[in-house]
Amino acid sequence: MTITKMTLKTEGDKHVVVTRRFAASPEAVYLAHTEPSIIQKWLLGPDGWTMPVCMSEARPGGKIRYEWADGKGKGFYLTGEYVTLEPFRRIVHVERMHLPGPTPDNHVETTFEPDENGTLMTIRMTLPDAQTRQGMLASGMEHGMEASYVRLEAML
Amino acid sequence: MQNLNDTFSALSDPTRRAILSRLAIGEATVMELAQPFSMSQPAISRHLRVLEEAGLITRRVEGAKHPCKLAPRGIVEIDQWLELLRKALETNYARLDKVLESQTVERKEKP
Repeated sequence: MTITKMTLKTEGDKHVVVTRRFAASPEAVYLAHTEPSIIQKWLLGPDGWTMPVCMSEARPGGKIRYEWADGKGKGFYLTGEYVTLEPFRRIVHVERMHLPGPTPDNHVETTFEPDENGTLMTIRMTLPDAQTRQGMLASGMEHGMEASYVRLEAML
Repeated sequence: MQNLNDTFSALSDPTRRAILSRLAIGEATVMELAQPFSMSQPAISRHLRVLEEAGLITRRVEGAKHPCKLAPRGIVEIDQWLELLRKALETNYARLDKVLESQTVERKEKP
């Protein structure tokens, strides 16, 4: 068995908590979440999707806008605002998906802590209520998991 | 395991997945389920029948109402969705691992 690198769980009625370990410094992982040229390399979802537009103004009040496209005419986007940035340690921001109607605001706190092999990142999302959280988890599955679903179908 | 195909076709529809997500919060009547989906009650009832036949939900009789709730199988399915979401996120983070690794190679002298 390998060490579990990532966890995803719901907490209480309104939270989703994701943790992930990286073999790189908190500085590098933090920059990978704030520098547009790095974000565009990895925050892409299923294979085949790209992020043609990536705006990330990493300062309090700065705007976030990510636009994804599958190259076949499908796409959606996310907008948000940075609230607090403590370089290399903590980011607080608000985001919403546009599908194309906006989803309720998701308040996100991301922390980057040094651990023995690199960095432990913890993302704590706060949704307005339990129903919105379920909707977000379901739509995340809708968009992020088509590939997995196709594989599952092939197995049955 | 004999109705794995029923389960899959029940889950292949986005409205039915959304209904299960709603029921993960708690029991609901047909009327309560129809509201957020802007669908007619008969249309929702058809979806509920499919979910019930697949063993994902149960319905009980309470006067004229038939509140629905997740069956244990439905709860397992929701857990499996979370597992799929985990995998989708992991696709991104595996990509980030590679980006970080290439940066480390470039700046090897850094602590």
